[in-house]
Amino acid sequence: MGAPHGHRLHYHGHSPLHRAPAHLKVAGLVGFMLVVVATPVPWLPAFAAYAAVLAVLVVLSGVPVPYLARRMVVETPVLVFAALLPFVATGPQVEVLGVSLTEAGLVAGGGLVMKATLGVLASLLLAATTDPRDLLIGLERLRVPAQLVQIMGFMVRYLDVVTDELRRMKTARESRGFTARNPRHWPVIGRSAGALFIRSFERGERVHLAMISRGHNGSLRR
Amino acid sequence: MTTPVLDLQSVAYAYPDGHQALFGVDLHVHRGERVAVLGPNGAGKTTLVLHLNGILLPGRGTVTVSGLPVVKDNLAEIRRRVGIVFQDPDDQLFMGSVRDDVAFGPRNLGLRGAELDRRVMTALDMVGMADFVDRPPHHLSFGQRRRVAVATVLVMEPEIIVLDEPSSNLDPASRRELADILTSLDVTLMMVTHDLPYALQLCPRAVVLSDGIVAAQGRTIDILTDDAMMKSHRLELPYGFDPHTC
Repeated sequence: MGAPHGHRLHYHGHSPLHRAPAHLKVAGLVGFMLVVVATPVPWLPAFAAYAAVLAVLVVLSGVPVPYLARRMVVETPVLVFAALLPFVATGPQVEVLGVSLTEAGLVAGGGLVMKATLGVLASLLLAATTDPRDLLIGLERLRVPAQLVQIMGFMVRYLDVVTDELRRMKTARESRGFTARNPRHWPVIGRSAGALFIRSFERGERVHLAMISRGHNGSLRR
Repeated sequence: MTTPVLDLQSVAYAYPDGHQALFGVDLHVHRGERVAVLGPNGAGKTTLVLHLNGILLPGRGTVTVSGLPVVKDNLAEIRRRVGIVFQDPDDQLFMGSVRDDVAFGPRNLGLRGAELDRRVMTALDMVGMADFVDRPPHHLSFGQRRRVAVATVLVMEPEIIVLDEPSSNLDPASRRELADILTSLDVTLMMVTHDLPYALQLCPRAVVLSDGIVAAQGRTIDILTDDAMMKSHRLELPYGFDPHTC
């Protein structure tokens, strides 16, 4: 079967973590996140323990660390924001390497980095060890409203179709000598995004037609 | 004469923006027939297809499926009787797995459990895709997806299957495989196509739709060899293809 297999976030495997029921993993992730977020920043040993738990799970899952590390870049905006905090917060100042920073900002920024990193890593681990379809079934078992699960299902189904269209549009642009090098080129990208939106919207309408042609009457039944 | 499976009487339709696509189409398809609908781009072919299961309702005229008029109250039964395979399988296959996609229609009819499973597997068997039942549709090749799309309407056990451009974007082998599957099915079939050799191969009868009316109909071979008529409706055979030698 020549077609690509699996989603970009999913790492195929058969570890205990892969085999665990999706709804338990989702519930586990949510519970873990609540505990992490609720832990006061100065309790550093607690954070070390959380990190150790995650490390054990990563080893158990057999997902390579570089695989997860590459995907950690989604955290970048949070890191940038955390790095700004010591400069913008108000309160008592401390000198670090000759730069004046606020104490409150340092603590808040540090806390944010720790909590965000744990959260992102745990979420990536869930995504890497759970097939998107199992994830949807898990959410359904957790009584997430059916409409929401269905919308997520459509997203999973059409993600490849839409990214493929995006790639084809990019190829077509570049074939006519266009590459986005500076902000003056952004309007072109914007128009492409608009075209992609309209195409996706029209596809949505065609999918809906195909659904009602097979007797769909508005309610999604299982 | 028995009741036709499909009976259109002077069907006219204008889109809400005022553009009139159909100007009084008369068309009958009888049980077991395989009919090709031919016509240039913009002839109203897609509009016609959307009338067959009541997605569009005619402004004037009537559509009847095995004696049942296509009106709002009958839509559920009409959509069971008329199965439409749309041009882009990505529009038709929207669930997470082939099984769920094929089960979507019968589930809407109220089928559940073992009976549903049996119908799904029978339909997939008919298109040779039973081995792929638990695969996500977007991991299949284009030809495989089109075959699954055919299964999604076969599973409804329809009285007529309508295919919109069934051979588009298929490589020659997939195109031939689909033809083998379609000829092996014991159903009434109507296909809208620009692929004239395919029409000749699969459909003994052809209807030419042009400017929103039925401009000609008859044996496909007679239609394709009527040069004057073909020319006047922007129909052309592909280079090197001679219907006489088929």
